Amino acid sequence: MDSDMIVRGIGMAAALVAATMLTRFLPFVLFPPGKKTPPFMEYLGRTLPYATMGLLVVYCLKDVSLAGSSHGLPEMIAVAVIVVLHWWKGNSLLSIGAGTVIYMIMVQRVFV
Amino acid sequence: MKNKKRAALRYAFPKTVPVMVGYLFLGTAYGILMKVNGFGFFWVLAMSLFVYAGSLQYVGVTLLAGMVHPMYGFLMGLMINARHLFYGISMLGKYRDLKRFKPYLIFALTDETFSVLCSEKVPPHLDREWVYLWISLLNQIYWLAGSVTGCVLGGMITFDTKGLDFALTALFVMIFTDQWKGNKDHGPAIGGVVSSVVCLLVFGSDSFIVPAMVLILVILGFRYKRSLREEAQKVGQ
Repeated sequence: MDSDMIVRGIGMAAALVAATMLTRFLPFVLFPPGKKTPPFMEYLGRTLPYATMGLLVVYCLKDVSLAGSSHGLPEMIAVAVIVVLHWWKGNSLLSIGAGTVIYMIMVQRVFV
Repeated sequence: MKNKKRAALRYAFPKTVPVMVGYLFLGTAYGILMKVNGFGFFWVLAMSLFVYAGSLQYVGVTLLAGMVHPMYGFLMGLMINARHLFYGISMLGKYRDLKRFKPYLIFALTDETFSVLCSEKVPPHLDREWVYLWISLLNQIYWLAGSVTGCVLGGMITFDTKGLDFALTALFVMIFTDQWKGNKDHGPAIGGVVSSVVCLLVFGSDSFIVPAMVLILVILGFRYKRSLREEAQKVGQ
C-alpha cells in the first residue's frame, strides 16, 4: 500500500465518518433539551419507531426475489415462524434463534 | 456505585445476544472483505471504531478500493444512513435528560442498537443511563470483535454459515411483532411497511429508502393533522 493510497483511504474514511455522524447527531443538535421541541417532532418521536421498524424489515428483505429459484419461500416461512412464535411465547431469544436456524436449514439443505 | 453498573450490565447483556450473533457474523464477513481488498487490521479497526455503520461500511469497501472522490463517499453515506435521522428523532425523548454518556449513545445508534433501545422500558430500580450504555457498548464490541476476527482469520473459516446473517432480520421482525402487540394504534407500523413496499416496487432496492422516508413523513403528517382536529372537536364538545 503506497502513501497515495493511504492518504486517499483516510480521506474516504473521514468522509464516511462525517456523513454518519451528521445523520446521527443532527436531530439532537436541532432539538436540544433546553428548547421546546415542536409538537409535530414530539408526535414523530412517538410514532416513528413503529414506522421505522417496518422500514427496517422491508430493508432487510429488499433483495428477496419472488421470481428467483426459491420464490422467497425461506424468508416468508422464517418470518412467519418468528411472528407466530413471538406472538405465542413472547420470548425474544427463542423467536430469533428458531427463525434463524430454520432459515439456515432451508437455504443450506432445502432450497439449494 | 459498582453494584449499579453491574446490575445494569446483568440486565443489558441478554438483550444484546441477538445482536451479538448477527454482528459477530456480519462483522467477520466485513473483515474478510476488507482484507481481500487490501485493507488490513488497522483499516478495519478504524472503520468499525469510528464509522460504525454496518451497511455503509460494506459499501465503503468498494468506495475505498475504487479510489473514488471522498465527496462521492460523503453523499453516498448521507443517502444510506438517512434513516438514522428517524432514530434520532425517535430517541429525542428517551435521551433528553442523559448526562455523561449522551454523546457516545448518539454516536453508537446503529440500526440494531436503536431497535433494542427504542422499545426498551428499563425497570425503575435500575440506572437507565447505564443500561443504555451497556447495550450500546456491548453491541459495538461485538462489531469490533467480529470485524477484527474476520480480517485476521481471513479465509480460514470453513463452518457453513450461509444464512446466519438472517439473525438481524429476525431481530427486526421480532421487535416489529413486539411493538405490534404492545400498541393499539397500528397505523404507523402499517404506514411504515406499506410506504417501504410501495417505494421498493417503484424505485427499486438501491434507492427506495429516501422516498420511503418522505412517504412515511407525509403519512404521519396527515395523521398528526387529524389527531389535532379530533382533539379540537373533543375540546369543543
